[in-house]
Amino acid sequence: MTEEMTGAQALVRALEQVGVDTVFGIPGGAILPAYDPLYDSTKVRHVLVRHEQGAGHAAEGYAQATGRVGVCMATSGPGATNLVTAIADAYMDSVPIVAITGQVAAPLIGTDAFQEADISGITMPITKHNFLVTDAADISRTIAEAFHIAATGRPGPVLVDISKDALQATTTFVWPPVMRLPGYRPVTRPHSKQIREAARLMMEAKRPVLYVGGGVHKARASAELAELAELTGIPVITTLMARGTFPDTHHLHLGMPGMHGTVAAVGALQRGDLLIALGTRFDDRVTGRLDTFAPHAKIIHADIDPAEISKNRHADVPIVGDCREVLVDLLAAIKHEHAEGRAGDYEAWWTLLQGYKDTYPLGYDEPEDGSLSPQYVIQRLSEIVGPDAYYLAGVGQHQMWASQFVTYEKPGTFINSGGAGTMGFAVPAAMGAKMGVPEATVWAIDGDGCFQMTNQELATCALEGVPIKVAIINNGNLGMVRQWQTLFYNQRYSNTDLQSVRRIPDFVKLAEAYGCVGLRCERPEDVDATIRKAMEINDVPVVVDFVVHKDAMVWPMVAAGTGNDDIKIARDMAPVWDNEEQP
Amino acid sequence: MSRHTLSVLVENKPGVLARVAALFSRRGFNIDSLAVGPTEHADVSRMTIVVNVAELPLEQVTKQLNKLVNVIKIVELDSSQSVQRELTLIKVRADAETRSHVLELVQLFRARCVDVATDAVTIEVTGTPDKLDAFIRVLEPFGVKELVQSGMVAIGRGARSITDRSLRALDRSA
Repeated sequence: MTEEMTGAQALVRALEQVGVDTVFGIPGGAILPAYDPLYDSTKVRHVLVRHEQGAGHAAEGYAQATGRVGVCMATSGPGATNLVTAIADAYMDSVPIVAITGQVAAPLIGTDAFQEADISGITMPITKHNFLVTDAADISRTIAEAFHIAATGRPGPVLVDISKDALQATTTFVWPPVMRLPGYRPVTRPHSKQIREAARLMMEAKRPVLYVGGGVHKARASAELAELAELTGIPVITTLMARGTFPDTHHLHLGMPGMHGTVAAVGALQRGDLLIALGTRFDDRVTGRLDTFAPHAKIIHADIDPAEISKNRHADVPIVGDCREVLVDLLAAIKHEHAEGRAGDYEAWWTLLQGYKDTYPLGYDEPEDGSLSPQYVIQRLSEIVGPDAYYLAGVGQHQMWASQFVTYEKPGTFINSGGAGTMGFAVPAAMGAKMGVPEATVWAIDGDGCFQMTNQELATCALEGVPIKVAIINNGNLGMVRQWQTLFYNQRYSNTDLQSVRRIPDFVKLAEAYGCVGLRCERPEDVDATIRKAMEINDVPVVVDFVVHKDAMVWPMVAAGTGNDDIKIARDMAPVWDNEEQP
Repeated sequence: MSRHTLSVLVENKPGVLARVAALFSRRGFNIDSLAVGPTEHADVSRMTIVVNVAELPLEQVTKQLNKLVNVIKIVELDSSQSVQRELTLIKVRADAETRSHVLELVQLFRARCVDVATDAVTIEVTGTPDKLDAFIRVLEPFGVKELVQSGMVAIGRGARSITDRSLRALDRSA
């Protein structure tokens, strides 16, 4: 296909060609030429958000719900810098998004022109790659390259900054363009020798654990994971980014590891003699103090990003590859081991783990004054709404409870800000997710602190017909920070009291002001009816203000700077591990 | 900690040096020396980076560098299997009385005198860092007025070239 057109037209045409159906953004001076042909596109729907950060998170939510590349667009200078948080978030959680920004005209670059910011320089350390395009002839090829880089290998954000004069110039549109990426060759095929070695270790191990991260769902490999777990009987733990990748109700599942993980999952890591780490990166929130993490375990580490392997913990068996290909090959290797009469015996291991599971299930205390407990709200939400819905969370206590007390049965149904810990993620990301999977029910579980950072996108949701549902877990405080102040700062609550329970703002009125339905629930006995009412409203967004007790804390907890062995199930309460000898 | 010499083939594009430098600073690795220049292929530049790190962080350096889309290939050059050179220009105080001593040292170190003034000479010398250090030490008593040093450049010994295969890949994708 060859045709004469402007750079801006080439941009829109290229977006259509790579299959983009939704773009979240806000126009402005430098990107304005692109918005003109976008106005005519019948294939690309542009969603006018209220803040560029919302566009970025919406692109992330869209990408995570659909598995396709999310797209956001902004103008130069402040438009572009407002995308930075979302881009950093996507980088930390390996979310494939492409951010397109306008730049001042090429002759003005470097002159401190109006609305000029060096966004490619600014985003260098938080993008998988970025481009500055100043020639209209490079636009279509760059878009093709950007989408290819974002979606393949370890996914991630790619930024394309295009100068205004490049958008305005005339060029010859060629499709498909020839990509020129001589230095980009992601490895997806695992090495067969390493796979055989991994299978051998799994058969020999007495206390193996499948330590599953976000990479398994990104490789769309939860079916293969389930097959491997069931074939071997090896227990599974799912990190925050992997919740749902393995069904919560599966008998082989021990829950989430880490700072707020289950005793069974944390105990399994600490007592295990072999970790089969799949698409995960030994994040500090999982490992606690590295020098006391999984002290008895050999490590099999499979990841598509070679730089993750042996970054934090030495891998005895490093496997570079796509998790699905790794799992497929591993399954074949295990079947071969079984056929040769070698199978793992994990019975004693399971006796120990089942003891942890039975003795230390996740739980919480109801407030004595009869007020609402946040965990109860989330648990009921899960029970009433069910596992087909998508749940999105911001960052903080509500996020941890959403991970702990929603029962996830399907891969990809929990979308949250893991690595970056971006407050304000939930509402715009829920909007993006809902637009990606419009037939699904989408609940944002948000804190009152988070909600006040990005709730303006409710206007976008109401106007664009995106009926998300928001459960505000309103404890009137920056709850997680308050929890740390309770535990580590002598209850000196410096600047964590938002006073939102005093109804400033009034979330019900705020919802109504945005054209949404606002509901409030303050008593345990009203929880079910309120959730059911919210479930019945499907034409406009619904916001439920759940006013909950402010002293609820997230347990279990491995305090920052301590080791996993120091996990507490409540304040000053450590689990009793066991009396048997250390392996 | 030990010194490692990395030869890094990169695409000859604007901003690539910034990406490499930013990566080193963000990941907390120190660059001892850095030299960038063209290669026999117009689309490819070559960086020679000397880092002072232990074995494990070195693996991280190379893996992180490899993730940069503009980085085509990385080879660690062992000092015994490669020729490694730096270039130094030194302006030394040298009047009629001391000039001959200085020029004698220039001869001994196979350096070159590239400029002469009434009370100073400017000397060009290439070699390994050890040789250059030794040369500077013997000149110090005369008074080193100014000194400028290049980053190290290095190339493997023998007939094989690190660019052959990578450049073929580049030709294919072009």
